[in-house]
Amino acid sequence: MSVDLDSLYQEIILDHYRNPHHAGLRDPFESEVHHVNPTCGDEITLRVHLDGEPGHETVSDVSYDAEGCSISQAAASVMADLVIGQQVDEALRKHQAFLELMQSRGTIEPDEEVLEDGIAFAGVSKFPARVKCALLGWMAFKDATSTILAGTASTTTPEENR
Amino acid sequence: MTATGSSTLPGLLPDLEVIRKDFPILSRRLADDRPLVYLDSANTSQKPQCVIDAMVDHLERHNANVARAMHQLGAESSEAFEAARDKVAAFLNAPSRDEVIFTKNASEALNLVANTLAWARGPLEVAEGDRVVITQMEHHSNIVPWQLLTQRTGADLRWFGLTDDGQLDLSDIDELITERTKVVSLTWVSNMLGTINPVAEIARRAHEVGAIVVVDASQAAPQLPVDVQASGADVVVFTGHKVTGPTGIGVLWGKRELLDQLPPFLGGGEMIETVTMERSTYAGIPHKFEAGTPPIVEAVGLGAAVDYLGAIGLDNIHRHEQAITGYLLEGLATVPGVTVLGPLDPTLRGGAVSFEVDGVHPHDVSQLLDSFGIAVRAGHHCAKPAHKRFGVQSSTRASSYLYTTPAEVDAFVEGIIATQKYFKVA
Ligand SMILES: Cc1ncc(COP(=O)(O)O)c(C=O)c1O
Repeated sequence: MSVDLDSLYQEIILDHYRNPHHAGLRDPFESEVHHVNPTCGDEITLRVHLDGEPGHETVSDVSYDAEGCSISQAAASVMADLVIGQQVDEALRKHQAFLELMQSRGTIEPDEEVLEDGIAFAGVSKFPARVKCALLGWMAFKDATSTILAGTASTTTPEENR
Repeated sequence: MTATGSSTLPGLLPDLEVIRKDFPILSRRLADDRPLVYLDSANTSQKPQCVIDAMVDHLERHNANVARAMHQLGAESSEAFEAARDKVAAFLNAPSRDEVIFTKNASEALNLVANTLAWARGPLEVAEGDRVVITQMEHHSNIVPWQLLTQRTGADLRWFGLTDDGQLDLSDIDELITERTKVVSLTWVSNMLGTINPVAEIARRAHEVGAIVVVDASQAAPQLPVDVQASGADVVVFTGHKVTGPTGIGVLWGKRELLDQLPPFLGGGEMIETVTMERSTYAGIPHKFEAGTPPIVEAVGLGAAVDYLGAIGLDNIHRHEQAITGYLLEGLATVPGVTVLGPLDPTLRGGAVSFEVDGVHPHDVSQLLDSFGIAVRAGHHCAKPAHKRFGVQSSTRASSYLYTTPAEVDAFVEGIIATQKYFKVA
């Protein structure tokens, strides 16, 4: 088996894939988004619940219903672990760090302090076709959170496109 | 890898090893020195040396614009371009070369028909209250243009559903094809399920109510003899890159009476008869539908490609595809946890086989196969509605062609078993 393949399918990733954390859609939430990867059809419906004073919000909950490959499912699970309980600023900083890691084509040494289990995805950045999979949940989180902060959130399920 | 099975499988092309040598890419070694096993031909086919050479020769020796250059190279280039039209007309058994229009791809050809039917005035016009009928197994390229047409005109879009074994459900044909139906557009061979549809029968029913029949032959032209006259269709489209030709060129064949009545699609150079600042008159077919500098080198390559397929014989290629597809279906049937979508009888289908592997997502299947040098496609294959019909979000698709060997199928089936082991589902 090629070394590269094992760097893609890290044990941590396969564990999250088999037992995703924080999966399922929960109340309460201020924003719900539905993202798809148009090339392969992977989908995620994701809800974000924020608490706290404007300017000092905390991510109280992220819940999701995702259909997709091991990489996209595991990335959503790790993402939820990483951002729940964080200040919004910190959560978005983790989003940025993960995005940079994914765009690095294997050139960045990820910071375990910031990304924790997320460092297991470093190998994914060497597989350009899979980067979108790893980012699907993260992009949905960023989108949902931004719409809450901008006051344009929708709390009804977007037009389904399944 | 040896093609030992090839001598034992009836229907295979007898000179398979010779044919493989025509395709330089098939001798490529991938990373880790793995031989390429290319099972993604429904996505795009590989190109034989003669196609590559024809294009290189044109660029090296004959390059000039067509129709508008009054010099020797211009004449040579025009001649090569128009010769390609003759070759495609012969490939399709078209009654007239003028009925062969070069487009960018199959998608553009379908958009050409859908748009000009909206713009037509008189009996061809698709307007509010009219009906367009498609099927649930279409490629998005034969869905979206008709959605755009019906949404813009207020016409009604309807479709044939599918049976559980992946055939068209024709039980409601009388409700679908009625006096209101102006267009019936369907694929000849499904790119997801592999199903071969009864095009002539549906065309006959559609013509009884005066509807126009459009056939998407993108998956048929590579592997079946396509005789546009016998098909009963009014319009047949296909795309160059799936018939061993280059990308950037597609074909629209249409009956002259129809094409003559349709308004132009794109405006520009070459499609006109005369132009004043106020208005223009248009060239006759085929030029009426070929605005601007056409894909000249691509047409030359396509001409070489259809000659190549013609020399091997589409009947022989079809038999080869059926033999390989039957062998592949048998192989998959031996693997527990694998479910094939679409007909299981190789005589009822083309060479694209979509399947699911229990517990492993198609992306992960194709990633693992890629690590063994096996190229397949994962996703919805631009047929989301057909996937939805079978309750799946995506699938893995293996698609063979005239160069595929039984040994490659063996490697593929072993790859699926290894994938199941890697993900611990077997
Ligand atoms: C059945 C069918 N129709 C249409 C197309 C579109 O071809 P193109 O993308 O070359 O326009 C394809 C292939 O992608 C196809 O398989």
